[in-house]
Amino acid sequence: MAEKVQIKVVVNGVEHHSEVEPRLLLVHYLRETLGLTGTHVGCDTSQCGACTVHLDGQAVKSCTLFAVQADGSSITTIEGLGSVDKLHPVQEGFWEMHGLQCGFCTPGMIMAAADLLNRNPQPSEEEIRHALEGNLCRCTGYHNIVRAVQYAANKMAGKVGVAADD
Amino acid sequence: MAEKLFGKAMKRVEDPRFITGTGNYTDDMTLPGMVHAAMVRSPYAHARIKKIDTSKAQAHPGVLAVITGQEMKDAGINSIPTGWLHPGIKTPPHYAITFDKARHVGDIVAAVIAETRQIAEDAAQLVEVDYEPLPAVSLGSEALKPGAPAVHDDVPDNVCFTWSIGDKEAVDRAFASAYKTVKLKLRNNRLVPNAMEPRASLAQYHKASDEYTLWTTSQNPHIHRLLIAAFIMGIPEHKLRVIAPDVGGGFGSKIYQYPEEIIVLYAAKKLGRPVKWTARRSESFVTDSHGRDHETVAEMAVDQNGKITAVRVDTIANMGAYLTTFAPAVPTYLYGCLLAGTYTTPHIYCHVTAPFTHTTPVDAYRGAGRPEATYLLERLVDVMAHELGMDPVEFRRKNLIPPDAFPYQTPVALQYDSGNYEANLDKALEMVGYKQLRQQQEEWRKQGRYMGIGVVTYIEACGLAPSALVGSLGAQAGQWESALVRVMPTGKVEVFTGTHSHGQGHETAFAQVVADELQIPVEDVVLVHGDTGRMPYGWGSYGSRSAPTGLSAIVLATRKIIDKAKKIAAHLLEAAPEDIVHENGKFMVKGVPDKAKTFFEIALQAHLAHNYPADLEPGLEATHFYDPKNFVYPFGTHVAVVEVDPETGKVKLLRYLSVDDCGPVINPLIAEGQVHGGIAQGLGQALLEEAVYDPEGQILSGNFLEYTLPRADDLVQIEHDHTVTPCPHNPLGVKGIGEAGTIASTAAIANAVMDALRPFGIVHLDMPYTPEKVWRAIQHSRLAQAAD
Repeated sequence: MAEKVQIKVVVNGVEHHSEVEPRLLLVHYLRETLGLTGTHVGCDTSQCGACTVHLDGQAVKSCTLFAVQADGSSITTIEGLGSVDKLHPVQEGFWEMHGLQCGFCTPGMIMAAADLLNRNPQPSEEEIRHALEGNLCRCTGYHNIVRAVQYAANKMAGKVGVAADD
Repeated sequence: MAEKLFGKAMKRVEDPRFITGTGNYTDDMTLPGMVHAAMVRSPYAHARIKKIDTSKAQAHPGVLAVITGQEMKDAGINSIPTGWLHPGIKTPPHYAITFDKARHVGDIVAAVIAETRQIAEDAAQLVEVDYEPLPAVSLGSEALKPGAPAVHDDVPDNVCFTWSIGDKEAVDRAFASAYKTVKLKLRNNRLVPNAMEPRASLAQYHKASDEYTLWTTSQNPHIHRLLIAAFIMGIPEHKLRVIAPDVGGGFGSKIYQYPEEIIVLYAAKKLGRPVKWTARRSESFVTDSHGRDHETVAEMAVDQNGKITAVRVDTIANMGAYLTTFAPAVPTYLYGCLLAGTYTTPHIYCHVTAPFTHTTPVDAYRGAGRPEATYLLERLVDVMAHELGMDPVEFRRKNLIPPDAFPYQTPVALQYDSGNYEANLDKALEMVGYKQLRQQQEEWRKQGRYMGIGVVTYIEACGLAPSALVGSLGAQAGQWESALVRVMPTGKVEVFTGTHSHGQGHETAFAQVVADELQIPVEDVVLVHGDTGRMPYGWGSYGSRSAPTGLSAIVLATRKIIDKAKKIAAHLLEAAPEDIVHENGKFMVKGVPDKAKTFFEIALQAHLAHNYPADLEPGLEATHFYDPKNFVYPFGTHVAVVEVDPETGKVKLLRYLSVDDCGPVINPLIAEGQVHGGIAQGLGQALLEEAVYDPEGQILSGNFLEYTLPRADDLVQIEHDHTVTPCPHNPLGVKGIGEAGTIASTAAIANAVMDALRPFGIVHLDMPYTPEKVWRAIQHSRLAQAAD
């Protein structure tokens, strides 16, 4: 077994110092070491996006990074995006528009959508669909996920509660 | 009175935990002292296991045990049974860990338990298995050929069972005297369900009480408890608690009793520590039961008036290497009995041969048999309409079962209880603008653009189903459903259901109905499911049965609560029980609104029993076991519009419209969501997905790099509406909606693609319509046309 490596990361605003195996994936670090189980593992080939988190403000698939690669960075997971008392507009959009069913892809989907809106606050339907290509959902057919993102975009632009395709 | 919630698009009460990352899926759980399992799986589709050397793995630091099949067999662990039997069916054993031969890629040959998952997976690679590779067979029709390698020694011809339904002679006569016939050879592509949450199981053994707890990704925890207790491990049923916490999608694949659940239970007792196993996606691809995989010859006959006179179907249904829990039901009663579709076809015959092959077992996947039936029937209808020179919609209309024909007895056993197909079809055609679409198609063709329109009128039989009926057909299970409604002293209500929600939103939709029935705020109702330690026995969720069976049981239990509450109210109000009415959230003396008791007051008195009827039991809870009188029969019309790019073969979905009839809609948000998701899975089968095996049984599309799941940009916003034809035989008139989308959409998209390719003279292609397949077909057609 390889020697453990010391890392320092800030996760959801909290600083953590950990000794990790070099081969430990970031997603397993978040889930198993830190107990942040909102970030999910849906595949082993970096296709499904269920593990999407924000690393220094950008969406990444946390199964494609080793924990050691995150050394020195700041990470936001679904648990840090918003809380039940204060939902992020994307979280609110998913709830309002029924953008989830089983909920398993949802944290990754929300993190990817929040990243899209950071980059492109008013995306077209086509841009939303393209941006979420790296996140698989087996339940919703993406219809209400698109609407959820449109809801969030409108909300963030001050157009509260407008369902974009109604 | 509180607002009526039936029919309201309420936001889901499940969602706050999921959108904040605080759901509780099996793999999220950690128990003190928990250790991890990794499976050693066969890389061969067929191999004799000559020797297993576990010594290196055993010696690896952190490894606690290496378990073999022989060890478990010696410990008295039995084979995993199937839950549906046909006359003459062969049911060779299926051990959790095989010890003689591996029969498909992924078959478990040993399990390693270690302190961490990483160590377990490392050590699994140190288990040395001496395999003698043997010839294998992956295609059903190949497995039936003389001399094909046998999957099980005691089934040398690989025939698991044969099955038929219908009057063959009458069908043959109808074909002999037909005006026209058409025949299609088609392959219904094998699919991998791919719920986004990989399967996971966590077992704990409590030595002092000799009790087990199993948390597992299941659609039906009671079925697991029954199978494990009574058949596989001999654990007394009351000593095993099975919990299915948040489950990340099922689509059929989480119905079955899987080997890993047995292994973690066995290991938990052996080691005295909780044991967890979570599938990697690559394991899911080779071990989650697959769906479909038919090779079929389907024929249709018509008379000169364009009326369908007969349908004849011969299918080879690949069972894979072992029979899983409901596998024998899928290509038989859930398939052949659906071949009347929405049509008045008087004569139908279906024959099925089900071989074993060296592939992953095949069982129910969303729709289960009904998408296969609908696909072939609706393909036949389109091809026949073309033969007759008729518009496919008009050909359908001519053959639809008329609304005054219900109850309608089909020639394949089912009696449809209700339906109004033509009105539903008309609504869909109007919404989609069918005539204009056909005009547009003509114009586009002149411009060299290839639009296709696919229309499907579907029926499904779901809501399984009268227990005596399914028992007579071979089910080793009942199919009634249970409910327990428990009112607490404060008037809050717990509802326990034997169905299971793994994305369907029962916690919301069922609570809406209970709140309506009891006339209390919906916030006062909580739904409990997925725990054999808390609910009465129930059969779980599959086959779109939760609303028609589970909710029916709940409604009838709430009505028992109301009856009892009226007796308590009568006593408190000094009136006769028959004079008490339940209105505006109160129990009051008829015509005397001042004399009333609230639900809370009654609940409290039921628990205090201080001032209480002498002949009435205290407490306020009711159980109901509901055995449905028939299946329910949702139906609808789906229309797909596609464009095929002849230069690349790429199929682009332009529009998709569905008008479904699932009876009265409880929560439109949830019902439409079910339709959307079902349509996406049907689109996946039609355009993208296929579990491809090479002839030696190696899966070639065993991960998301090679097996294409629909992505956001493969779909469009779905146009949807519904008609309402209530089911006449359950309390709410509700029908299932979970599978309808998948049942209809595969055929609708297939018909649309074939319609687009008609100018090339292409009559039929097998799914999935990948760009390469479509492009090759177009090139072939162009070359053939050039040669003429």
